[in-house]
This record gives sequence, C-alpha cells and structure tokens, in this order.
Amino acid sequence: MIQGIDYAAVAPVLLVAVAAVLVLMLDAFGTPRAVLGWVSSGALALGLASVIALASGDRRATFCLPSGLRGSGPPSCSYVADHFTLLFQGLVLAAAVVVVLLSVGEITRSALPAGEYHFLLLSATAGAITLVAARDLITLVVALETLSLPVFALVALRRYDGVASEASLKLFLVSVISTAVMLFGISLVYGATGAMHLDRIALAHVPAGLQPVASVGVVLVIAGFAFKVAVVPFHFWAPDVYQGSPLPVAAFLSVISKAAGFAGLAITLALGFPAYGHVWGPLVGVLAALTMTLGNLVALRQRHPVRLLAWSSVAQSGYMLAPLAVGSHHLPQAVAATVAYVALYAVMNLGAFAVVTAFGRRLRRGTASYPSLDELADYRGLARRSPLMAAALAFFLICLAGLPPGIMGLFAKIVVFRAAIGGGVTWLAVVMALNTVIGLYYYLAWAVRLFAAPEAEPYDLRTGPAVGLAIGVAAAGAVVLSVAPQIVLQTVSIVT
Amino acid sequence: MISIVLLVVPLAGALLLFVPGVDRRWYGVGVSGVTLAVALGAAAGFGYGHPGRMQYGVNAAWAPAIGLRFHLGIDGISLPLVVLTALLTFLCFVYSLRYPPSGRLFTALLLVLEVGLLGTFLALDLVLFFVFFEVVLIPMYAIIALWGGPGRRRAAYKFILYTLLGSGFLLVGILLIGVNAGTLDMVALAQRHGAGLSHGVQVTAFLLVGLGLAVKAPMWPLHTWLPDAHTEAPTVGSVLLAGVLLKMGTYGFIRIAVPMAPAGASVWAPWLGLLAAIGIVYGALACLAQNDLKRMIAYSSVGHMGFVLLGIATLTPVGLNAALFGNIAHGLITGLLFFLAGSVKERYGTGELSGIGGGMLSKAPRLGAILTFACVASLGLPGLAGFWGEMLALLGSYQPAPGLPRATFLTFMALGGLGAVLTAAYFLRLLSAITHGPSIRKAPVAALNRYEYLAWVPLIALTLAVGLWPKALLDLTTAPVQLLLGGGR
Repeated sequence: MIQGIDYAAVAPVLLVAVAAVLVLMLDAFGTPRAVLGWVSSGALALGLASVIALASGDRRATFCLPSGLRGSGPPSCSYVADHFTLLFQGLVLAAAVVVVLLSVGEITRSALPAGEYHFLLLSATAGAITLVAARDLITLVVALETLSLPVFALVALRRYDGVASEASLKLFLVSVISTAVMLFGISLVYGATGAMHLDRIALAHVPAGLQPVASVGVVLVIAGFAFKVAVVPFHFWAPDVYQGSPLPVAAFLSVISKAAGFAGLAITLALGFPAYGHVWGPLVGVLAALTMTLGNLVALRQRHPVRLLAWSSVAQSGYMLAPLAVGSHHLPQAVAATVAYVALYAVMNLGAFAVVTAFGRRLRRGTASYPSLDELADYRGLARRSPLMAAALAFFLICLAGLPPGIMGLFAKIVVFRAAIGGGVTWLAVVMALNTVIGLYYYLAWAVRLFAAPEAEPYDLRTGPAVGLAIGVAAAGAVVLSVAPQIVLQTVSIVT
Repeated sequence: MISIVLLVVPLAGALLLFVPGVDRRWYGVGVSGVTLAVALGAAAGFGYGHPGRMQYGVNAAWAPAIGLRFHLGIDGISLPLVVLTALLTFLCFVYSLRYPPSGRLFTALLLVLEVGLLGTFLALDLVLFFVFFEVVLIPMYAIIALWGGPGRRRAAYKFILYTLLGSGFLLVGILLIGVNAGTLDMVALAQRHGAGLSHGVQVTAFLLVGLGLAVKAPMWPLHTWLPDAHTEAPTVGSVLLAGVLLKMGTYGFIRIAVPMAPAGASVWAPWLGLLAAIGIVYGALACLAQNDLKRMIAYSSVGHMGFVLLGIATLTPVGLNAALFGNIAHGLITGLLFFLAGSVKERYGTGELSGIGGGMLSKAPRLGAILTFACVASLGLPGLAGFWGEMLALLGSYQPAPGLPRATFLTFMALGGLGAVLTAAYFLRLLSAITHGPSIRKAPVAALNRYEYLAWVPLIALTLAVGLWPKALLDLTTAPVQLLLGGGR
C-alpha cells in the first residue's frame, strides 16, 4: 500500500539528517574543519527557518493510519507537527546552533575528528526533533535511540582520554538498560491495550483484570524516560558523563537531550496515559521531590564547575518534573508549566555552559598550555579579567537560582509552583520552596567568587569569536526573556 | 501614571549608570531626590477625602497566561510607606555625600533596592507583589557583602538564605490563595474577605504567607538573621534595612494575609500574638545584654516590630492602625538611630558601649543631644512618634476582635507593657553609659557636618510632627483598614 507523505511536515528532520550525511561526505573529501562547522550550523539554522515557516501554518500530521484500517477510531498519526512539536523543534535547533558554535574551538583543542563530530551531533539532533513529533510508542523509542546512540560516540570522541571512555561506557550501559526497561513497559502496555498509537491507548478499554498489567507498563515506561532525563534514582550517570565528555557535548546532554526527553515524557503521559494519572501522578511527585533534594544537596559539595552544573541540572530536572505530579488533574496547565520551565532553563543553562567552555580555553600567561582541570576556586577574580564574561555568568547563575534580576528564572519558578498548587500537590510546592534556598547557596557562592580578589596565576582569555557569539546569543536571550517573560509563557499556553 | 513614574525614575537612574561618564558625586542624590519629589507630588495630589480608594491606578496585562497583571495603586495604607521609602533613600544618598564617592555599583544597587521597595508597596497583583518582594534581595545582599564590616560574608549569606526561605513559603501561600480564588487581583481578593476559599485553604494559606512575612518582619524566633545583618551592614544599608525592608513583612500581613484569609487569621492570631509578645520581651532583654551600639538597636527593632505584630494579631481596626503607625514611627526613629550609630562609630572608632565610655554630651554636645532625642523617641515618650503605635497596640489587645480569646490577649497586653518598661530601661542604660558622666576620651570629637544635619533634620522634624499630630496619619489609614477588615468591626 502506498501512502502519501507530507514532506513539508518532516522538512526539519529531513534537512538535518541530509546535512549529517553531507558533512560526513565532505570530510571524506578533505574539506577544512571551519567549513564543516559552517555547513553544520547552516543546516541547523535552515531547519530552524523551516520550523518557523511551519509555525505560521496549520497543524500538519503524516504517517497516519489509512482510513481503511482506522475503523471508528481516531486518525492515529505517528508524526504530528503541531505547535507543541514546533516549539520544541525550534528550541532544540536553536540550542544546537549554540552547541555547534561552542564546538568549533573544542574540536581543535581536543583534536577531535571534525567530520565525525558534526555528523554525530547532527544525527542526535535529528533524533531529538523526531522525538518531539512522535505520537506512537514505536516512533518514540526509535527517535529516543537515534538521539542516544550518537551521544555515546560523542562522549568517547576524545579517544586518548580514559575518563571519556569510562564516561561513555557508563552512559552506554545505563542507556541500554533504560531502553530495555522501557521496551518491556511498552510491551505490557501494548498487551493490555492492544494499541501503539498514543491516541488509541488513551481511548482503549482495558478489562479490570488487565489494569495492573497496564499500570506496571506505564510505570516502566516512565522509568525509561527517567534514565534519559537523569531523575533520581536513575541520575548517577550524569555527573561522571558531563565531566568526562567534551564541554559542548555536556551542554548538549544537559539541554537538548533533556528537553527532548521531557517533551517525550510529557507527550506520553498527557496523550497516552491520562487515564492512569492516579498511578503515575504520585510516583512522579515523589521522584520530583527526591530529585530536586538530592541534586541540590550534592551540588552543595561540588568543587568542580562541570560537576556542579551536572548536579544542579539533576536538581532542575526535579523542578521540571514537579508539575506533572498533578496526575490527570489540570494536566494541560501542568504540561504548559513543564514546557515553559524546560524552555527557560535551556537558555540559562546553555549560557552557563558557554561561559564555562570559554573559561576552560584560557592560556597560562606567556605559554601555550592550558591549565589542568578547572576548579570553582579558579573563577575568583574573573570580573577583573573579563568583566563582560563574569557579568554574563553571574546573570545566568542568578537566573538558575530564580531571583531578580534574573526575572526569567523567577517566572519559571512561579509557573511551576502555580501548576503544582493548582493541581493540589501543595506539599511538593513546599519541598520546592525549601530547595530553592539550597540551590541559591551554591549558585550564589559561585557568582560571588567571580567578584572576589584574584589569587590564581595570571592567564590570557582567548575565547575566539564563535564562543563569544554563543555567550552573546544566550545572554541576549536571557535579558530579553527577563524583560518580557510573557513571550515564552504566552507561546506555551497557546501550544498546550 | 504617577505610580509608574515612581518606579521608572530610580530604575532608569540605575540603568543610566552603565553609560560611562554619568557617575557624578551628586548623581544618586539627584535621582533619589526626583523620586522623592514624585512621591511628594503623589502625596499632594492624593484624594484625602477617600483614603480607602486605590488612586493613581495602573492596570495592564503582563503575562495573561498565568493571569499576571501589571497592577499598581496607592491608598491610605501605602501612601505613607511610599513617602517614607523615597525619603529614607534620599537621605541615605545625602548622608553618603560625606564619604568619598563609593562608585557607580553602590549607587546602582541602592536605586534598584528603592525600585523593589516602592514596587512592593505599590503592587496590587499577588505575583507582581512577590516579584518586587524578591527584587530587594540581591541588592541588599551585595550591599552587606561588599561594603559591610568584618563578618559581612556570613551575615550577608544568613540574610539572603533566611529571607529566601521566607519568600518560598510566601510564594506557595499566595499561589494557594490565587489559584483557589481564581484571581491574583489584591483589591478584589481583599473585598471578598476569603469568600470562595475553604476553611482549610485559608488556614494553610495564612500559615504559609505568615511564615514568609514573619521572617522578613522579623518575628521571634525567626529573627536571628537580623542582628548580624544590621551589625555588619554599612550605615545606609542598616538604615534602609530597618527603616523600610522590615515593613515589607508587616505591610504584607495587613495587605494580604489578614484580609484574604480571615478565617485563617482568626485561627492563627493568638499564636501570632504570643510570638509577638515574646518578641517584645525578648528584644528588650537582649538589648539589656548588648554591648555593641548597632547590635542593640537591631534587637530593639525586634521588640518594636513585636508591637507592630501584636497590633496585627488583634485583628481590630485599632490594632491594625497601630501597626501601620508603628511601621512609620519605627522607620523614622530607627532610621535616625542607625545614622547616629554610624556617625558615633566613625568618630570613636568603636561601636562598643564600654569603648565609647560616656561623656558624649560634653565632648560632642550636638551628637549627644540628637542621640538622646532619638533614644527617648524610641522608648516611646508621649508626644513623640514612638508612643502612639505602642499605646494603640496595647489598647487593641485589651479589646481584640470578637472570636479571639480575650484573656489571652490581656496577658499579651501585660507582657507588652512589661516590654515597654524594659525598653525604657535599656535606652536609659544606653544613655547613661555613653552620653552622661565623665569622658574617658582625651582627643576631641569632630563636630557634625552639614550632610549629617541635612540627613537627620527631616527625620527629627517628622518624629516630632507625627508624635504631636498623630491624627494626620491615623486618618489616612483608618478608612482602608476598615475596608480590609470588612467594614463592620
């Protein structure tokens, strides 16, 4: 049977996937590294443009069940480009452009193979933008694997580095186990409901005897996603992997991977499993509380900036998860809150990673050698050496802590609190209130170091234009969203 | 419009400091002076015939997705606080002229702080209120951490962590009200007097909002950040902290907690009254044990804010009027006291009572005289500003709102009276230790300069004026307080 494909709807994915292959080919013919970087970011920008073009049109759906097989059921499309999808695709592609900008210097510095690097990055991005458009469980899993597999290789691309290989192996094992768990869950859900499309699962009539089976399936699917977005107790890979991988890859993991993972989780819960809200609501609530508390407490003890960002990003996962604890009660508002938080978090965290990447490239004065592993203490006095960079980092950290002048962080927090209280999980809001205090301490302690008197040996900061541009883009985004947070809030409320 | 101008002037002033070359000696005085002029203009044009009505209203959509509106307005409750904020900030800049310029960062931080303080008193949307409530944290933290005394880092952390903890509870509480009532409009919510909110929601919301505001006020036993912050902060930081920042907490009680969750208020009022009464006595006893001038004034703030909270706990118009009056009086007098403490410490090189060692009235007669005046005002001498707030608070607890246990409140009244006596005792002890008696100091003490006079004379004059003519202030607050309490009582 021949089925029409709406190529316009899948254009963003196609563009990125074709570019991935193109980059690999160009590399084989000896194209210079700089050109590959431009091709890669150009393709992502083109994808972003197609997303923006699609956003002005109507909802598009493709790979639908043919009307002959549909029966009396819903249309059941596997790939849907609605506003929710396009918002996340836009977010992921914009973030990917920034990651490519950060990568340009890193590839040279760490002697990474440029063609492979860009190929893997683009492939993972293609997986991420498919994931957010997927509306059946098989497409979801395939997209999730397309997102994960290239990342194992990206983490290990510093082949001479034992830490990187260990990190990659750890990520690989965790990811494979989570996929297995998730597939098992999917098989149980399929067995109980007889459907793979989310809209059909939601409508399926499950006999009373099979209800527990379906519930276990739902819990296992959530556990699979929990691995991907580093939720306690499935979080332990995050700090080691972030630290072991090249910094732009860590940024990719903490922003793009996480955003796509949360989008997938929200799609699955809201579209597929609303009937099981009483099962997953309390579970998600407990996971969220554990995640934010553990993430924040351990972050307090960190002395290494990347590990601190890793643990803080675990804690932030808890905040993103919190609205979903409402179960099926006020679910659309909860999804909107999660989406808003993810979008705002992406801007601030990417900014923080950009500055950390730039700082890692400083040179010892008079030599061409890079300093060894950075510690938080090395950031003392950055404000004297590079006031702009210090101001940007301080601003991103204050945003993450959620205090004015970082109004965007404050609004992200308010939205999440509001959704949790609106859904009747006030206890979780109180836990979050306590956690923001812990979070503030370590973010502020880092920000304060920037303005302290310098004590480390003198160094030269040579960021290069690409990283400078990345910091500038993130900072501009953070300032604009702090002045007008309604841009995100309005978009999100229309979307969901 | 005037409400927006009040916020825009200091904010624009702070942002303009990013432009190179605008950082002049008189810049801060100029910007805060314009703000003060706008605030006085608002006071002059205020319709005193209807102090209960919101005036100078602004109401525009900000983020409709979460129901947030940019809603500002001034009524008889907020007007005195707005003027007090603008005045104290202006006087802080005037006082700072006596030092070499401390740079554009300091000026910018003070101006942003002013934006947050004014915004808190102007906001009529719950979330907007919270946003402004949070705006003050980072500037105050930075002022303490960068220009404070030897223990500044610890004190600054303690300040920001404690108050953020309070803010977290406050956010949960106000969202609980807003989500359940379906609106964030503070005027509408106050008019409903809790209609549409279940008893359980009101009790929980009052507890959470109250906890959040009690940290800021501060109420015993949540006050422990205050003595450290005050002692380590630079003089102008202490003045604004005591003069205005603490009022955000008590203002929030009157504007949000009491009118929006009245059922919760009557459940928790006896506890609030108990902690307030303990705070009064504790503050006074702690003052008797202090040997450091700034620390002593800080603990005296705990006592004075105890009276304000006791007034609120009575849930009567008299009590709430007393609380609002006490707010203003405490802002004027304690602001003056912290200015004086700064000047004394500078001249004597120490803030220790034993180090200053008596004889100030003979060595520095004017400084000594003004200090005596401020102490006497603070201990509540009739005819000065401090008297009315405390007297009315005690009167309010003699006759608390119906439904509250009267015998309990009579006990609080007795405790409050005891606290007032102890307050007199420690201020007299302070005066006898440093203004009277022979001086142990050989070197002369520098005379007051004109910036000190400029900063202090308005406060002295207002302390006298408010003390001698309390009706002016009470007339402003009576009508809105009755509206907030539901008119009848």
